[in-house]
Amino acid sequence: MNLAKFRPSARLWPVLASLGVLILLYAGGCLLFENFGSLRVLINLFGDNAFLGVAAVGATFVILSGGIDLSVGAVVAFTGVLIASLIGHGQPPLLAIGLALGFGAGFGALMGALIHLYALPPFLVTLGGMFLARGLAFVVHPESLSIDHPFYGEFISQTLSVPVSRRLAIPFTAFALIAVVLAGAALARWSRFGRNVLALGSSESSARLMGVPIGSTKILVYTLGGFLSALGGVVATFYMQSGNPASFVGLELDAIAAAVIGGTLLRGGVGYIPGTLVGVLILGLIQTLVIFQGTLNSWWTRIAVGGLLFVFIVLQQLTARRRVG
Amino acid sequence: MSAPILVCRGLTKRFPGVVALDGVDFCARGGEVHALMGENGAGKSTLIKALTGVHPRDAGQAEVDGRPVHPRSPREAEAAGISTVYQEVNLIPDLSVAENICLGRQRTRLGFIRWGDARTRARAALARLGLELDVERTLSECSIAVQQLVAIARATDIDARVLILDEPTSSLDAGEVAQLFAVVRRLRDQGLAIVFVSHFLDQVYALADRITVLRNGRLVGEFPVAELPRLQLVAHMMGRSVDEVEALRHRERPAAAPGEPLLSTRGLTRRHAVLPLDLELRRGEVLGLGGLLGSGRTEVARLLFGLDRADAGETRLEGRPVSFHSPADAMRAGLALTPEDRKTQAILPNLTVRENLVVALQARRGLWKQIPRAEQDRLVADFTRALGIKTSGPEQLIRNLSGGNQQKVILARWLATEPRLLILDEPTRGIDVGAQADIERLLAKLRDEGLAIVFICADTAELSRNSQRIAVLRDHAKVAELTGSDVNEQAVMRAIARETAA
Amino acid sequence: MIVDLVLWPTLAALLWVNRRRPLLWPLVALALLLLFNRLFTPGFFALEIRDGRLYGTLVDVLNQGSKVMLLALGMTLVIATGGVDLSVGATMAIAGAVMARLAGVSIPVALGGGLGVALLAGAWNGLLVSAFRIQPIIATLILMVAGRGVAQLVTDGQIINFEQPALVYLGNGSLLGLPFTLALVLGMFALTALLVRRTALGLFIEAIGDNETAARFTGLPARPVKFLVYVFAGLCAGLAGLVAASNIKSADANHIGLYLELDAILAVVVGGTALTGGRFQLAGSLVGALLIQTLGTTLYARNVGADVATVPKAIVILAVCLLQSPVLRAKLASLRRPAPTALRKEGSV
Repeated sequence: MNLAKFRPSARLWPVLASLGVLILLYAGGCLLFENFGSLRVLINLFGDNAFLGVAAVGATFVILSGGIDLSVGAVVAFTGVLIASLIGHGQPPLLAIGLALGFGAGFGALMGALIHLYALPPFLVTLGGMFLARGLAFVVHPESLSIDHPFYGEFISQTLSVPVSRRLAIPFTAFALIAVVLAGAALARWSRFGRNVLALGSSESSARLMGVPIGSTKILVYTLGGFLSALGGVVATFYMQSGNPASFVGLELDAIAAAVIGGTLLRGGVGYIPGTLVGVLILGLIQTLVIFQGTLNSWWTRIAVGGLLFVFIVLQQLTARRRVG
Repeated sequence: MSAPILVCRGLTKRFPGVVALDGVDFCARGGEVHALMGENGAGKSTLIKALTGVHPRDAGQAEVDGRPVHPRSPREAEAAGISTVYQEVNLIPDLSVAENICLGRQRTRLGFIRWGDARTRARAALARLGLELDVERTLSECSIAVQQLVAIARATDIDARVLILDEPTSSLDAGEVAQLFAVVRRLRDQGLAIVFVSHFLDQVYALADRITVLRNGRLVGEFPVAELPRLQLVAHMMGRSVDEVEALRHRERPAAAPGEPLLSTRGLTRRHAVLPLDLELRRGEVLGLGGLLGSGRTEVARLLFGLDRADAGETRLEGRPVSFHSPADAMRAGLALTPEDRKTQAILPNLTVRENLVVALQARRGLWKQIPRAEQDRLVADFTRALGIKTSGPEQLIRNLSGGNQQKVILARWLATEPRLLILDEPTRGIDVGAQADIERLLAKLRDEGLAIVFICADTAELSRNSQRIAVLRDHAKVAELTGSDVNEQAVMRAIARETAA
Repeated sequence: MIVDLVLWPTLAALLWVNRRRPLLWPLVALALLLLFNRLFTPGFFALEIRDGRLYGTLVDVLNQGSKVMLLALGMTLVIATGGVDLSVGATMAIAGAVMARLAGVSIPVALGGGLGVALLAGAWNGLLVSAFRIQPIIATLILMVAGRGVAQLVTDGQIINFEQPALVYLGNGSLLGLPFTLALVLGMFALTALLVRRTALGLFIEAIGDNETAARFTGLPARPVKFLVYVFAGLCAGLAGLVAASNIKSADANHIGLYLELDAILAVVVGGTALTGGRFQLAGSLVGALLIQTLGTTLYARNVGADVATVPKAIVILAVCLLQSPVLRAKLASLRRPAPTALRKEGSV
């Protein structure tokens, strides 16, 4: 490939910009702090943020279709509690995980059906979904419940992790994240469903005239969102070895922020699944930096994320306006 | 004569309260471009929507190559061989050219889209039109003309037998139109039946082999282009029902006694909308703006009222140069505009008659100086009486009024601001005869009171009946200004139909 | 006895309101909920007077509901222009934090500082929506994400306690036997009603929300009005934040106002203002807020944990959504009609 010919189109700029931010943050961290450049930090960056990444891929699909999903955090929490509770009641872990994933997909499908069949605003329906899932989580079990099962203790944490040295291993969650991002990217790029989602988000009326099946695409995209939220919940149980109905409050905002920072337009129709991974890693790096710094407090993470969100939204607005002009 | 491909008989489509299409016959032949003509409400777009399955027909038959078709969606119409390209490009702006051509028909291998195949097919489809484009470009980065050509490529990528072009040239400049026409001729020579809808007479005569004229949902006739002089075509399109006009005809035009000039423009220009325009508006005079749909009438009104900004030229009010950056500026200078599309641009549907009536005056007085309720009620009472607005009361929601009464409320909204210059864009469109007569009477009264009025109207009879002077527009430019005894229907039609001096 | 004091006026209001449709359904729901409590929740209507002050569950509903009522006032105007403000919860946290931080300086500085920073937050949102023309959900999302961080920055991550009587009075004091917050809500309601009904603001807001294109053609100052409603929403959020901080005599940046933006939006929608903008119902929003608070208090009184209480809340949201759905309404209307052939030319006045 001739690199001189490589002229990124205007809409690729935000992704390149966030990639630049990611590299700058990482390089800055390496310069400022000893051990920041260590392999452990890098591995943890993937492993610790895997549940967010998985859920954010789902949120990205929903945003690409021109919608929004506010139920992400609640569904992740619900899934965790459900699995913990089922295992606590003696059910086999794989069955618990399967049920949880099925619930997530069904929950998403239900929201999608309401949105499509009754022409309701996604914002309100998924808000209802958020309250519902959060409440149901407390119904399942009112407080944190740890998972005590050999499948979790040995199989996931040890058998499925890949050791790189005597004291360092790549956790299974990191692989799960990479796998979901790759699968999501493939779905968006190489499947008819993925292209229909983009077409729907870009212009619903045109998509309808061009014969895109609007209804099934819409319902399916919320189904996928619910499924990936649930999968995020499953990954979170691997990571935390517990389920807590009060956890992951506001995770949907992080997921949306990751998508936007990764170059997905909030109006829908434009975006890249790998960009979302970049967004998730930026959020993770900011957190890591704040921890390494030590004297800075954790709230700087929120402010930094808000600031980045602002910069990228304005950037989107400017590129969008130039297109009109 | 070549073989008919698309044959329709007795196509009928009803909407609540209206018969939009009334037993229309239509026939498109292979290797021919067939123009479909008619003014607003003639039924062109309903006919197209019936053929493309957007609004399935209520009665009648349609056949493609002898097979009956009854599409219930654009997809079914495409499968039956009827493809359509719309005025507004109906493609996905954020996807690539190749993808726009192949969306929904991508070939896959093991469920994966074969992008190489999609690009090849897109290039082939464009090559059939004699075009070579970078198919990986994002559609929105292409010009409107190229987007239009991509839409045609998509439409012909499947086995299309009939290609409907619905006002494809409205946003194109001359060079782009020529390119489009070359493509259309090429497709025609490949044996497609092409249905071409346009309001540009020059383009119709340049491209079409045959013309079908519709009016008020009915077929007026089908004519070979060579046998239909322009003036005759314009007369067919404008033809009006006789008794309606008879009722209004007796009113004679008073001798023009215009006052001093109020507003004048010199070289006023806006790209794609208005070519350099000189106009002079006088007090106590109705200046008619004539021309077919899309000739630039509304664009002139928008420019005068500060809704759009001019690229060049100047406007003077009482001799002093002015420049309106917003409708609020224009209002402060004493201008008023009742827009063309009452539903989307004028009425506040869920607010009351009173609120709709006072809103412009309130905007002019500002946020903090609320018009006292007593004054509001008095305004409503006065205008309801003066304009004969039929409502169940000032607190009725305006969306529950008939079109004519809505229009009167909008007129009252502006008259309440006591304007010096009133621009009326199609004030009588879609309203009943009684309300129309009321509005025409009001026009004369306001003129006699010394208002300067710009009257935009597609109906040449109505236009010449109510104007002292008429500026005729065609293809975004003023082509004639009629005064005195020249203010009559025939002169307007001649001006519209006159061939562009080449 | 007390039952009659509450129930009968509610029913009377219901009958009176029957003519003004928008308020009907929220009031019916509220009345049903109260009736349910009257029948099945012992002590719900019990009131007693101690130290010249009224105590009881109903009083708690008013006091606890004051924050959402305040938020709902501002949110009503924002939603009426066709927008939404997701940041009010975070703005509450910032305002509470600033007040607590400045509590030691002087009371006016503390109150003014809290409200001032809230106005600033509203102006920021207004700027993004009106000048940058960013979609409201997205524009206010920024502050929703960053706002709590800012609040913690102000409090330095601590929970700042304060004991100044004036500041404590704000959220806990009583006036004429009733909670002071009730007076605050009524005062703000009166001020808002005055602002929108005694100036042209109400008309402008409804016109812009109803048909923005037509409003522009009519020369309405759409952008300044939009800016103004976000500033006003900020002010309301600031007041709610001061009350919330005063309630717990401290600024807790993590929890003040958490999820209250959603309650406020819900109150407005339940109160009869459509999310698409246009006609708004200020009083309806207050009723909506009361309904939500009564629902929460009812569940609490019936020993349903606050955490699980989100389930009925979700059901209310979805039910209201469905009731407002144009598709469902059309379907119901077609059921009521005898047959589709009834499509005649309809004469209208």
